[in-house]
Amino acid sequence: MTVLAIAEHRRGELREVSLELLAASRKLADATDGGLHVGVVSGDIERYTERLNREDVDVVHTVAYGEEFNHDVYTQAVTQLVEAVEPTVVLAPNTVNGLDYLPAVAERLDIPIVTDATELSYDEHLTVTRELYGGKVETTLDIDTQQAAVTIRPGSWPRAGGTGDAEISAFDARIDESAVRSTVTGFQEIGGEVDIAEADVLVAVGRGIESEDNLEIVRDLADALDATLAASRPVIDNGWLPADRQVGQSGKTVSPELYIAVGISGTVQHVSGVRAETFIAINDDPNAPIFEVADYGVVDDLFEVVPALTEQLTRS
Amino acid sequence: MKILVTITETESVDTVFEIDGLEIDSRYLSTDLNEWDAYALEEAVQIAEDGGGEVVTATIGPEGVEGTVRQALAKGADRAIRVWDEELAALDILDPLTKATVLGAVVDAEQPDLVFTGVQSGDDVFGATPVALASTLGWAWGTVVNDLQIDEVAHVHRELEGNLEELTDVERPAVLSIQTGINQPRHASLRDITRAQQAEIDTRSLADLDLDVDAIASPIEQTDLYEPESEGEATIYEGSPEETATELAAVIEETGVIR
Ligand SMILES: Cc1cc2nc3c(=O)[nH]c(=O)nc-3n(C[C@H](O)[C@H](O)[C@H](O)COP(=O)(O)OP(=O)(O)OC[C@H]3O[C@@H](n4cnc5c(N)ncnc54)[C@H](O)[C@@H]3O)c2cc1C
Ligand SMILES: Nc1ncnc2c1ncn2[C@@H]1O[C@H](COP(=O)(O)O)[C@@H](O)[C@H]1O
Repeated sequence: MTVLAIAEHRRGELREVSLELLAASRKLADATDGGLHVGVVSGDIERYTERLNREDVDVVHTVAYGEEFNHDVYTQAVTQLVEAVEPTVVLAPNTVNGLDYLPAVAERLDIPIVTDATELSYDEHLTVTRELYGGKVETTLDIDTQQAAVTIRPGSWPRAGGTGDAEISAFDARIDESAVRSTVTGFQEIGGEVDIAEADVLVAVGRGIESEDNLEIVRDLADALDATLAASRPVIDNGWLPADRQVGQSGKTVSPELYIAVGISGTVQHVSGVRAETFIAINDDPNAPIFEVADYGVVDDLFEVVPALTEQLTRS
Repeated sequence: MKILVTITETESVDTVFEIDGLEIDSRYLSTDLNEWDAYALEEAVQIAEDGGGEVVTATIGPEGVEGTVRQALAKGADRAIRVWDEELAALDILDPLTKATVLGAVVDAEQPDLVFTGVQSGDDVFGATPVALASTLGWAWGTVVNDLQIDEVAHVHRELEGNLEELTDVERPAVLSIQTGINQPRHASLRDITRAQQAEIDTRSLADLDLDVDAIASPIEQTDLYEPESEGEATIYEGSPEETATELAAVIEETGVIR
């Protein structure tokens, strides 16, 4: 069985998740003694290819067309590449851009697509493991077709290492310009006044706080610890705190000495942005996935525990 | 301008729940209008309010989801379409390509100028239906949109990872998947809720949409459903809030962050 992995890059850099993609693809290809093919589309393909040429990569197919990611170009190029390579599985990262073209490739080729895989196996057919209900339940899906498209969750596989001696093959994709109907005109970085990535201690608050007025109790805790206040997305979306306080996939990645998550469930988009030395979670749901990443936890009502903690800290 | 908004009901599991085979009994599940779709709806309703036009919702789901559809009507949609029949009910899972085929047929029937979807459904989290739908229709698309200006084209901000936005112009007609935070979804007034209770929901079968059963045969089979084994090593403190707070305070002091 051949696996085709489509690498991801952005603004001149190959994204690290591309190397995780290679590891996931290799494992799948190994299960059937198959080949590992990699596709890289647009940008500085020579430089990307050098990094993608890892151990056990058989072929790197390059498509020289344009600079940045454009989903109309990717859709056409990857569809043609799948038709040429005929892989059993085509894989891409489960990122904003991965999800921006692979469903269209699947639709065009009429092959099933499953997204956000956390495990993959192959034994006569492809089996995909993925999460439901914000990570509280897992499911396995069997896909019984000649071909399938899958996106893999970042952070779920190691990064492929070693250097390989892959064949580098320029793929002559025919891009129909009239079918390119979106134009990237620029990028914009979202800044702010507070850099939560710089903070040693963060108190992060989530939807469990229920209202803007209730923020007072986490403010008090943050003050007692001389900590910086951060938040999960719903708190920002509701306008209760400014955007520069958001931790997670679309916000900031933080690496404080201490992170206290209050009323945050722990979805992947949030916890992928936290690398704390010590991680404390307060949540009244014992099954909340936040306890999977926490070092210490209390399963109780935050409106009871947080004020009690603040009092303890101000007393001592 | 006529905008079609795809609306789905999301389920969340309660604090305590049980899995029975491949099912979770509905008494352990709470349902709500999908968070992302609430923002998509608000965006469409604001455009219609500002420039005139119509907002139509489309939902694939059994009769039980009508409460959620009515929420959308109360929050400003003009009409609602719900697609369901025995063939759809018989599917193992409603996968993105199947959803795209069915929603695509609704778009063909309605001929809107734009389609707004949510970025993802909160329970299934495929995040794949919008792009699959655009591809079925042969339309342009833009995903994870957190800012939108419409003239001859749609000027969108796409929210990428790590505090970065991509500025993109998307030709029309287009399918746009809307990200949370783009607006502040309204709360429905009591009058709107009452009005929505009485509204007619246009219910259609696959046959009504000229779709045949083969078009929706999904090759994906669900084989297992389980609570993930805990791999975490968290120390969980129990007791009264005072007791647990004392334990946490000790942990915090141990880290040496208090100076
Ligand atoms: C493309 C994309 C990018 C995203 N980027 C980000 C990102 O950067 N950052 C981010 O945070 N999210 C991001 N999200 C959103 C993410 O998917 C979740 O929706 C979000 O993280 C949920 O936030 P939450 O945990 O605060 O809310 P919920 O998931 O609603 O959790 C609230 C928690 O509070 C608990 N709780 C409720 N009441 C109490 C109480 N009284 N006492 C104790 N606990 C209580 C509940 O048990 C629950 O676990 C993104 C989503 C998408 C699609
Ligand atoms: N059953 C459904 N009925 C109508 N729209 C849906 C349905 N499922 C998904 N969608 C739309 O597609 C978006 C993405 O869903 P998904 O691909 O399932 O994560 C949702 O936010 C909805 O707008």
